[in-house]
Amino acid sequence: MLPWFVLLLPLAAALLIMCVTRASRSLSAYVSVAAVLASFIGSCVVFTKTGALSPSLPWIDLRPAFFAPFGLTLDPFSRSMLVLVTGVGALIHIYSLGYMRDDEGKSRYFASLSLFMFAMLGIVLANNFVMMFIFWELVGVSSYLLIGHWFDRPSAADAAKKAFITNRIGDFGFMLGILMVWSAAGSVVFTEIASSGYLATNPGFLTAAALLIFCGAVGKSAQFPLHVWLPDAMEGPTPVSALIHAATMVAAGVYMLVRVGFLIQVSPTALTAIAWIGTTTAVIAGLMATQQNDIKRILAYSTLSQLGYMVMAVGLASGEAAMFHLFTHASFKALLFLGAGSIIYMLHHEQDIWKMGGLSKKLRVTFLTFLVGTLALIGCPPFSGFFSKDAILVLAYERNTPIFLLGVFVAFLTAFYMTRLLVVVFFGRARTDIARHGSESPAVMTIPLVLLAVPAALSGFGIFARRFLILPNEKQTIIIPILAFVAMVCGIALAITFYRNRETDPLRVTLLRNRFYIDEFYVWLIKWTQGLLARITAFFDRWIIDGAAVRGSSGTTWGAGYLLRLLQVGNLQAYGFLFGLGIIGLVYFAVFS
Amino acid sequence: MLLFIVFVPLGAAVLILCGTPARATALVGSGLTLLATLTAFLGYNSTQAGFQYVNSFLISADWRLQFLLGVDGLSLIMLLLAALVTFCAIWFTPKIENAENGFYACLLFISGGALGAFASLDLFFFYAFHELALIPTFLLIGIWGSGNRHAAAWKITIYLATGSFVLLLGLILLYRTVPTALRSFDLRALQAAAAAGQISASAQNHIYLLLLVGFGVLTSLFPFHTWAPEAYASAPAPAAMLHAGVLKKFGLYGLLRIALPLLPEGARHWTGLLIVLLLGNIIYLGLVTIAQKRLDWMLGYSSVMHMGYIFLGVASANIVGSNGAALLMFAHGLSIALLFGLTGEIRRRTGTLVLDDLGGLGKAMPFAGLVFGIGAFAAIGLPGFANFPAEIMIFFGAFRNGADLHRFHIFQIATLLALWGVVISAVYMLRAYRAVFMGTLSERWKSLPDLNQTLRIPIVLLVAVMLIVGFFPQTIVHVLRPTFESYFASK
Repeated sequence: MLPWFVLLLPLAAALLIMCVTRASRSLSAYVSVAAVLASFIGSCVVFTKTGALSPSLPWIDLRPAFFAPFGLTLDPFSRSMLVLVTGVGALIHIYSLGYMRDDEGKSRYFASLSLFMFAMLGIVLANNFVMMFIFWELVGVSSYLLIGHWFDRPSAADAAKKAFITNRIGDFGFMLGILMVWSAAGSVVFTEIASSGYLATNPGFLTAAALLIFCGAVGKSAQFPLHVWLPDAMEGPTPVSALIHAATMVAAGVYMLVRVGFLIQVSPTALTAIAWIGTTTAVIAGLMATQQNDIKRILAYSTLSQLGYMVMAVGLASGEAAMFHLFTHASFKALLFLGAGSIIYMLHHEQDIWKMGGLSKKLRVTFLTFLVGTLALIGCPPFSGFFSKDAILVLAYERNTPIFLLGVFVAFLTAFYMTRLLVVVFFGRARTDIARHGSESPAVMTIPLVLLAVPAALSGFGIFARRFLILPNEKQTIIIPILAFVAMVCGIALAITFYRNRETDPLRVTLLRNRFYIDEFYVWLIKWTQGLLARITAFFDRWIIDGAAVRGSSGTTWGAGYLLRLLQVGNLQAYGFLFGLGIIGLVYFAVFS
Repeated sequence: MLLFIVFVPLGAAVLILCGTPARATALVGSGLTLLATLTAFLGYNSTQAGFQYVNSFLISADWRLQFLLGVDGLSLIMLLLAALVTFCAIWFTPKIENAENGFYACLLFISGGALGAFASLDLFFFYAFHELALIPTFLLIGIWGSGNRHAAAWKITIYLATGSFVLLLGLILLYRTVPTALRSFDLRALQAAAAAGQISASAQNHIYLLLLVGFGVLTSLFPFHTWAPEAYASAPAPAAMLHAGVLKKFGLYGLLRIALPLLPEGARHWTGLLIVLLLGNIIYLGLVTIAQKRLDWMLGYSSVMHMGYIFLGVASANIVGSNGAALLMFAHGLSIALLFGLTGEIRRRTGTLVLDDLGGLGKAMPFAGLVFGIGAFAAIGLPGFANFPAEIMIFFGAFRNGADLHRFHIFQIATLLALWGVVISAVYMLRAYRAVFMGTLSERWKSLPDLNQTLRIPIVLLVAVMLIVGFFPQTIVHVLRPTFESYFASK
């Protein structure tokens, strides 16, 4: 029963806030925090207990034609993921107590946060495709609510809409993939699909199904070409960005790929495609990150890039390496976002890095923890990111040389843009008045930072990581860590030479600054396909179908109905006449035949 | 029991016309109907196939005509839908300036007609009850409507009368196809005749086409849909709720009730045509919906578009798809009723529904924003609401048909396009929601009052049922299951 409590507690909190405590904003916040903490404790207990399986309930039961149960998976992956999601989630909830203290929509915020936790835990625990899809969509809608929290800002409202619709496009493929798998295997439950014979003997079908399912992950994990929603999602409150970027939403795609690894790994074509999509995302997002000026956007592009690494690992047929990087990334990215939030909060919602500067002395705790997060992200030994990135690079080295080289290049890019961020924000002179007068955030916000800094620094070591994960065991070669290290040092050095003591950005690459014009291209594409089609069809409907066909034929009817009008028959009677005619016809046939 | 359910609204309507306080009588009448329907639902034995609560009164032995009421799972959930939406529509009715009694009586006549049609097991009364419901619809739009109400009332009436006429032809042909000895208006007798192979394949083909067109017009199947958005935009909100939520489902109900079990060959023969038309609903009308510039037109088109999914469930003609179709009728009825009800409230406050004029209303009317969001997300098939399990079943049911794993059959292509329709519906619904409730609140709307406290009751009722069915679809599916199992027993 315990896993059910872990899953349902956040939902209960969301409902409670919506129905009862909505009026009292601080009470709502405490309800939500209490639920996630209880969920976290429950997850820890579930994590330590092995073997206890929960019963599954029928959700739609039309056996033998169709059966969708509601059941939970409890394997090592989902157990450790539970702890990660609730743990990081709990810290973000607590941090939100400070960050959202005076927000008008605090109750709504915490209700959405709880709903989000429920949806994410559902994805982690789902034991079949239908249930996974249900929670998948629920994550989509709760992120819509959170990104659009400040819905009176047009940019936030647009970002929320964009996120939801982009995800739906991915889900289109996902659902189609599910349908294909089901029509071949006759079941939606993971364990039953695994033993289906048809999929094993039809590689073409399997590849198509696997790639379609991958579409879902492309949407949710914001891979190229559906990555456009993630940077815009920065319009939400910063703790939400931390939540979406670290352990939840975007991680869901990678987690799902690992969960259905039994399907994907049988198809070499699908694997190659996935690996290359991941690599492309990692490279282009890394490039775009080097030219952004908004602190949250830099982190957003770095998330894209790191997700690219994880998807690359999945494509290289190692779910273990992907999960390893997901775990380390979850802690240091949550840390970086919350650190950024702390800066933004103290600078009265200023997000432009060129209006900061010299903050290392004023925000002591934030600075030190941010530094830990950065070192972990750029893969500096012995911080956690070093180990997990190394695991992926080793894989790539063995299986695909071009991907390996690009992977090293991304490591260089990561070091470059993160050092740029660090140098511009924390060192040099304060560039504006607000930056001069900033002071440290309240304890409710800094304590989560410190708590997250610990795993960000240490979780890479085998002793800790092995408790949570099955680590990939590729054979180690000394050359790869050295190469990665050199790439990192180059990135740091280059960034320091460029950005030390600068007032404005010395580099201006318009192509990168405008994100390769991908967003603009999509706007153009939508305008000229969907928009145009919509206008044409609307015109057609109005003037051809309704105008010509309907009014035309009704004109004829009018001609016929003219007789009726001569008999001074109003609307109702005309109608009644038809009705009466019908009755007479019916009676005629009934009686005389 | 069924007599009570059908005649309480009609009786209440007559009482109101005689001059009893309109709103109170209507609320009590529809409340009693709702309670009785719920009792019938809870008392229904879902392990037993066939019809229950049967009442029959012989009208004429010569014509084998009787007044015959009875329900199985399919009609039961339609009764539940009708009773629920009626109650909410009456509650949503604002102060009516002229001829208040007439307004409420019309609503109750529609409701009684719909309930009667859903509960009838006799083709004659099945048809007649539906006609009874159409007349007050015309009056409601023509007298109490807004905008270009006379044209809209005319259009819907001519359209639906034509549809009914085609339908009537089909029903008469159906009656005449059966050999004289077995001839009857009794649906059960016809089912027995069909099961015994008394309806030839070629007759089935003709009759099915007539029924498809007739029922299709009533349900706004592409290209017979243009009456719907215009009528819903002009109709007063409670009338739009009742018609879009309940009465429009009559055509689909007829296909599931009559066409599928009696004319399986005909259904198979016309599958290709039906799929093309329903894709017209989903894709073509989906695109048209995106281009709408007014909230009421957008909702009207979206409700037409969603009929395509129900038709897809009907077309799939297997147990999964038809269960999905039946459940989606129920779910869509609730969500569209909620949306039309709220739209009416917004119109009353702002006087305009043009998307560009509105914006940021979520700040002024937070409760309305919340429930409209719930209705909108329910309508586009978000999990947690009843529409989602229904759409899932339709997709699974349709995708399985003619499944050849090596290539795509027409059904797989249709499912693929219908899935793309899910993206389209997210686009138009979120676009409208963004335009109305999000963004900056203009000075004009700063002082709009939020929804009246008393409206919480019907809203909570609708939302609660949507959520319960969404979380536990089996509550409805286990009632529906025996009906469709008997349809497709041979396969």
